[in-house]
Amino acid sequence: MIVIIGNGISGVTAARNIRKKSDDAITIISSESKYFFSRTALMYVYMGHMTFEHTQPYEPHFWEKNRIELLQNHVESIESNKKELRFSDGSKMKYDSLIIATGSKPNKFGWKGQDSKRVHGMYSKQDLENIEKSTKGIASAVIVGGGLIGIELAEMLLTRNIEVHFLVRDNGFWSEVLPSQDSQLIMDHLEKHHGLRMYYETELDEVVTNENDEAIGVITKAGRKIECQFVGLTAGVSPNIAVIEGSSIESNRGILVDRFLRTSEADIYAIGDCAEFREPLPGRRPIEQVWYTGKFMGEVVSETITGSPRQYNPGHWFNSAKFFEIEYQTYGDVRAILAEDEEEFVYRHATEDVLLHFVFEKESHKFIGINNFGIRMRHPVFNDWLLNNATIEEVLSNLKSANFDPEFYTKYESEVVAEFNQKFGASVAVNAPKWWQKIISH
Amino acid sequence: MKSNYSIVGEESQKLSVFKKIGILIFILGLTGLIELIRISIIDKMKFEDIEHYEWYIFGSFGLQLLGTFLFTYDRHHFSIKSAYLKYSNKIQKIGLAISTLGFGVFSLAWAGLITSNHTLFLWLSMGLMGIGTMTYTYGSYAGHLKGIKNNYVMFNSLTSRGILGWIAGIVLTLFYIQIYWFPESLESLIRLFDPLAYLFTGAAAGQWFVYGTVYTFLIFFLGIKFIYKYRHNRYQIIRTISVIFFQIVFAYAIPHILEAFNDYQGYFAKDLKNIWPLNYGFVESYQLDAMQNNGVSGTFYFVWGLVLFLIITPFLTYLVGKRWYCSWVCGCGGLAETAGDSFRHLSSKKESSWKIERWVIHLVMVFVLVMTVGALWPYFSGKEFELGFMTIDQKGFFYTFATLLSLSGIGLGILFFKRKHNMLLIGALLLFALLGFLTWAYLSFDPKIKVKDQVNMYTLKAMTKSSVFYSYMVLILVVSGGLFFFWRRKKKVLLLIAAIAVLVLAGLLTWSFIEGAEEVFSFKSKSIKKSYGFLIGAAFAGVIGVGFYPLLGNRVWCRFGCPMAGYMGLFQRFKSRFRITTNGAQCISCGNCSTYCEQGIDVRAYAQKGENIVRASCVGCGVCSAVCPRGVLKLENGPEEGRFDSNPLIVTKDGVKLN
Repeated sequence: MIVIIGNGISGVTAARNIRKKSDDAITIISSESKYFFSRTALMYVYMGHMTFEHTQPYEPHFWEKNRIELLQNHVESIESNKKELRFSDGSKMKYDSLIIATGSKPNKFGWKGQDSKRVHGMYSKQDLENIEKSTKGIASAVIVGGGLIGIELAEMLLTRNIEVHFLVRDNGFWSEVLPSQDSQLIMDHLEKHHGLRMYYETELDEVVTNENDEAIGVITKAGRKIECQFVGLTAGVSPNIAVIEGSSIESNRGILVDRFLRTSEADIYAIGDCAEFREPLPGRRPIEQVWYTGKFMGEVVSETITGSPRQYNPGHWFNSAKFFEIEYQTYGDVRAILAEDEEEFVYRHATEDVLLHFVFEKESHKFIGINNFGIRMRHPVFNDWLLNNATIEEVLSNLKSANFDPEFYTKYESEVVAEFNQKFGASVAVNAPKWWQKIISH
Repeated sequence: MKSNYSIVGEESQKLSVFKKIGILIFILGLTGLIELIRISIIDKMKFEDIEHYEWYIFGSFGLQLLGTFLFTYDRHHFSIKSAYLKYSNKIQKIGLAISTLGFGVFSLAWAGLITSNHTLFLWLSMGLMGIGTMTYTYGSYAGHLKGIKNNYVMFNSLTSRGILGWIAGIVLTLFYIQIYWFPESLESLIRLFDPLAYLFTGAAAGQWFVYGTVYTFLIFFLGIKFIYKYRHNRYQIIRTISVIFFQIVFAYAIPHILEAFNDYQGYFAKDLKNIWPLNYGFVESYQLDAMQNNGVSGTFYFVWGLVLFLIITPFLTYLVGKRWYCSWVCGCGGLAETAGDSFRHLSSKKESSWKIERWVIHLVMVFVLVMTVGALWPYFSGKEFELGFMTIDQKGFFYTFATLLSLSGIGLGILFFKRKHNMLLIGALLLFALLGFLTWAYLSFDPKIKVKDQVNMYTLKAMTKSSVFYSYMVLILVVSGGLFFFWRRKKKVLLLIAAIAVLVLAGLLTWSFIEGAEEVFSFKSKSIKKSYGFLIGAAFAGVIGVGFYPLLGNRVWCRFGCPMAGYMGLFQRFKSRFRITTNGAQCISCGNCSTYCEQGIDVRAYAQKGENIVRASCVGCGVCSAVCPRGVLKLENGPEEGRFDSNPLIVTKDGVKLN
């Protein structure tokens, strides 16, 4: 009996992959929802792009067909010595192997009024339901925290004609991750949205509430008061590890795991957002909280559990996001601040929201990574370049083969390469097949 | 006011009793149409002469609407004050008001209240609707940055099967029923279009002129709306300009200009881009006559039709997929992509819908093929074609019966042979087969058996023939089912179905023998054509295909019915360079692609596994790629090798795959 706590992408990927290799009974427990849904799509439910059912990747018969039991209940505690789970309704359940995939929870930093009514994070299905109730018919909102979830929440609220005051701690948007040029592109784009007011280098001091304990405004650390009827707390997330409280499973910020995703207790594994590596992989963070790493950990743990132990060894970093209308992808390592031995080349289009940020080694010209905004790039091609230590010149001269924009889109490669050549005194030529060659040949 | 918005339905995904009743009522509605065909064939009557004709038509489509309502009930809301008006701005509201005014004038003519000043009212109604649509478009998208604009789609009463959606669906259905079967009831609306018809063709307007004009009008104005909505996406812009161009020039202008010079051959007659089998009229004898007798232009039309079907279609579909036609050229596709864009998310993405889709579209293909053979046969042989079973005398009957009996016995015997637990049954069946064989052998040695007097089939009681008609329908279903399972290589089921088919056939023969029939059952080619035109051409492609846009989505016909789409789909699936590429492992399973796929393809199911999407039904509209927030999907033509491969990206040096 394999039991998985949490039916997010990590837990569900683990269950699916275990089923491919084993006939063991599998149960997924979640108190959030019975069926798996895509958390990243919740914003589209609020905006009316999709209904909640649309966010569910599998039909109910999928779980029956694959004999994956779905249990909607809340795990109160884990008794690892008895190999038993206790639920909040008092019932118990035995397991042979346990996978903890409980994900994250929104950060709260002890602000006064942070637990009041009309103050919510944006993470779970329940958060979305609360936001829906709290924002019905209101005029203005404050969002605290300038990261990916904050900007999504801003986009959501603007569709309901709510004025958004967006407080960002740093002097640029998502500047702990994005280099300043990239951050600037997003900041310029944000300026174009009516009803969105940005407050950089501004931190929340307290949430002001009325006699019903409802948020009616915020006060910033600089003493500025902003009136609002809703406060969104999106200052990052941290591992949701309430389930291991009172157990002997070791934890730090997250549940501590080794490279095989094993916790300190036998037959208990932790994957996804809630796991923290005892020894982080070189160049990576101990806690990885993105969709893809969760998916990958789910696959890795499925191998270990089914008898062919495998270490978590993800390949080159990649990620993606969308900031209002600007699509963003990244391959390899582009850090907020350039390292000593790194060189960068940034192309930004004069009028369109298009930016390519290349990073490569100063000496060898080995390609290190790219941030691409407003142009889609092929993952397999960049992954190959990274695996094969391609140089920046190789990447640029073959850039057209990595372009993943829909047909007939304006192509910027020649301009990009010309600018590179000018800046670095290089003579890179652009290789690209003609459109008719693409139709009739490889 | 009840909220338009709720996070519902976690448990509502299973088929409730409500939905099952909905399906039954829908099928009952279909049966009404088939009954109409039956009466018309057996009593040799024109549809319009059948007693209670209008009740059959309205009753059938009414039941289909009711069935659809019950089936989709839990997915829509019925708040009159929809979110649309709540969140729409002033310009949008002004645009809506102007359009409503224009449609009001149109409705007055429809209701027979406008009898004079046609020129004024025509321009007033079309003009106001055009200006209103453009104003609304401007209000909707001008104030926003270019990008995906799907806000409120699921809250809007019109686009989420709310009250407005249902009103639109019923009005459209009514319009289609009238134009196909009760054109005389549209008399005053048709007269409204006279001024325009005189301008183009020099003659008064007919129902199809009105239809063509309204159709082209919708594609033009809602096409502009679509282009403005997707102004950041050049694939969408170019493709929409293409469908607008082909509609205005090839479907509307050229046929009407030719009509002014020539004898009128029907609305579809000279639309050069309308390909058989979508254009089933191509093989009508009057068309073939016209082609034969019209000298060079007739010959050109004939040769062009053949070349289009046999050479151009397969070749282009091989190169770029069926999108070259379905979402770049075709009129049905053109309307779906422009006027139907607001309803694209209503298509069902369930696996069960996919199954139904494959059955229905391939049955329609078989139907059109039979119809075509039936139409061409008399044309080239000079004799009326009849599809039916042999004329039977006593001897022939016994021969056939014995053969069938043996075959079914052997079939059933083989089927159950492997089930060792029932030896008795096997024994009985083998005996059964042996008896059949012996009868056959005995009869074949006695050639002097009496021949029963020939009986004219027309003396048969209508009752008997009706029963035979429905048995025949069952037979067709059973045989096609058999073929389907054969394709799936489920040999046991195949045998069972073949045995049942043979038994049904034997039953039919027995029945007709007892009744003294000379023919078991026969369709005259005319009846087949008539049935196809009524059931598929009008009821399916028209009423359900377009009338049900706001209820079942904008591509119901293209997905479930169109034999042309089915034909190209075979190439697209098995021999084509087209696919939708999935970008490595970037998919976040959000579901925008599946939601906005008008063909009901669960795109996400492929994308989240890193698989390319190769599906017969994909019309290549490119909207999945457009709405993807992470740049995961791209419509591409490329080498055939590896097109189907599940090729999840290898992300690590030690060869770990991520899927």
